[in-house]
Amino acid sequence: MAAVATCGTGAGSTGSIVATTSKNNVTSFQRKGPRASGTDSGCSRLVSIAGTRPSVRNGQLLVSTGLPALDQLLGGGLAVGTVLLIEEDKYNIYSSLLFKYFLAEGIINGHTLLVASAKEDPADILQELPAPLLDDNYKKDLDEDICNHQTPDSNIKMKIAWRYQLLPKMESGPVSSSRFGHYYDASKRMPRELIETSKWHGFFFPEKLSSTLNKEPCSLTHGYRRLLQFIQKVIYEEGFDGSNPQKKQKNILRIGIQNLGSPLWGDDICCTENCDNSHSLTKFLYVLRGLLRTSLSACIITMPAHLIQNRAIIARITNLSDTVVGLESFIGSERETNPLYKDYHGLIHIRQIPRLNNLIYDVSDVKDLAFKLKRKLFTIEIHTQKKFNLCIEEKNVDYNTS
Amino acid sequence: MFPELNNLLNITPDRAEQGKLTLLCDAKTDGSFLVHHFLSFYLKANCKVCFVALIQSFSHYNIVGQKLGVSLTAARECGQLVFLEGLKSSVDVFFRAQAEPHPLQFLREADAGNLQPLYEFVRETLKPMDDGQAAWRCPVLLVDDLSVLLSLGLGAVAVLDFIHYCRVAVCWERKGNIVALAHDSGDGEDKENDILLNGLSHQSHLILRAEGLATGFCRDVHGQLRILWRTPSQPTAQRDGSLTYQYKIQDKSVSFFAKGMSPAVL
Repeated sequence: MAAVATCGTGAGSTGSIVATTSKNNVTSFQRKGPRASGTDSGCSRLVSIAGTRPSVRNGQLLVSTGLPALDQLLGGGLAVGTVLLIEEDKYNIYSSLLFKYFLAEGIINGHTLLVASAKEDPADILQELPAPLLDDNYKKDLDEDICNHQTPDSNIKMKIAWRYQLLPKMESGPVSSSRFGHYYDASKRMPRELIETSKWHGFFFPEKLSSTLNKEPCSLTHGYRRLLQFIQKVIYEEGFDGSNPQKKQKNILRIGIQNLGSPLWGDDICCTENCDNSHSLTKFLYVLRGLLRTSLSACIITMPAHLIQNRAIIARITNLSDTVVGLESFIGSERETNPLYKDYHGLIHIRQIPRLNNLIYDVSDVKDLAFKLKRKLFTIEIHTQKKFNLCIEEKNVDYNTS
Repeated sequence: MFPELNNLLNITPDRAEQGKLTLLCDAKTDGSFLVHHFLSFYLKANCKVCFVALIQSFSHYNIVGQKLGVSLTAARECGQLVFLEGLKSSVDVFFRAQAEPHPLQFLREADAGNLQPLYEFVRETLKPMDDGQAAWRCPVLLVDDLSVLLSLGLGAVAVLDFIHYCRVAVCWERKGNIVALAHDSGDGEDKENDILLNGLSHQSHLILRAEGLATGFCRDVHGQLRILWRTPSQPTAQRDGSLTYQYKIQDKSVSFFAKGMSPAVL
């Protein structure tokens, strides 16, 4: 893991937390920090990046996915250096919403964004990001519903800090907040000032098609190869991997790739079962993960997994990703009219959670999770409890008629 | 290493066997705890280990290794451990043309390549030291994992060839061991993976198969481990021994128990 690596910072690159290739000389001085961090760059430097926090289990650096409910299910958040793969729902409604939450969280925290899409212009995607909920009163109600560990006292303190921070907001910079994970209002758009003051890079594949092809043949499709080169260029030039001597980056790069694997990227795994370059996508994922592991970045990918005909590829893609979440919406399916699911919009399946720096991982006991999208909130709940209540009601009806 | 697993396999670091191919395989669960076990086991047994780690980074294995009582950084510095980090090297190989052939050269190739550069790398690192330095007990090759090589464009035959060549070089010539992890998709969808797994199963002396429980998720029992001892050279001479245990993974160790005898149930 990039941020928690045993980094020999004896040579004095104090700003860079990432283990660079040359700095492997481990000094004998080991800071006696929390058990699992094990680096001699102090823990205080790890938390000094806005919008991150160390995991309680192993000191790993986590970022929020933009959805506090999902953060809880994933064990606190998404680890820096890993890939979150979202298997899209059938009409790509809720997965694109999760994608936007991830990017919106990056803007609120001041992270750099890299948005890649073959369907929509990244500038348009950014215009459609949901607005953050900064009203503290409403947040207090929400906090009581979803079990949040904040005490009322600290809530009041937050309120004062929020009011204070709202004042210079109009002058400069995005809204900086010390919260981890924010709530968003899906019906409103993010204010333009916030988007304009944020730093982002866009990769719109149709624009890059006309550029010159590279010299060497490669088994990756053209689109994936260009995307990898673009990501690598941004990581290197902005200094996220610590190898650029000019730039010392202490920020996170949030990468969002939309509809990876769809035919718009030039890949045919969604079109046919026996595809020509079936290794293109898996190779892309492997090299992407290599890039992420050696830099301060986190990536969200949405993939139309329901269109992939070859089931073997899905298993391979799952093995090559770190966290995999599947969304199944009820739209158009027979479950839409099922009274069991009448309050919900779909099911959410946590297919894989990585075991990083550990033999075990935080896994919730609950496997039946459903989500619903209200105007201001995307909630994830257990749906089997309702099923139980429904059975009892039916029994009562039977006794009454006899 | 997990002492309970050592007892089940009837091995200790002092009496490590030689010339064996061990296959680790997982189906519907994560078998990486077995890789951590064997890595720490062979380091404690004072063997020279060449670890081809294609899935995770060095710091991941290092932190888990510290929980199991070995320090990978120390082992790497004194030359006991040679660590090929797949993820980090893949970025170097893919984006920059290398001067000399890199072990992961196949990442740059357009069509299905072979693993000859990787084999040369393994043979080079595990060759016996002539200059009279501290002699390690026996060389060990550890691969995590082989199924990812199929995802990177290689065919099952290329991977089987690689293992065959490594067996000749490591197991037969140097009397060392090989431990390799492969995934089992289970439902027969991935034909290349099935070919690889069948080919490896027939060559191995010991197969450890971690499976998820057939009844689904359970908090106290994380899975089932099947141990199968084989003698590949005499396939029908004697019946192969096999044992099945269930396990629960904890923070620093794994506890094994007979089927249905989980402490949570008793």
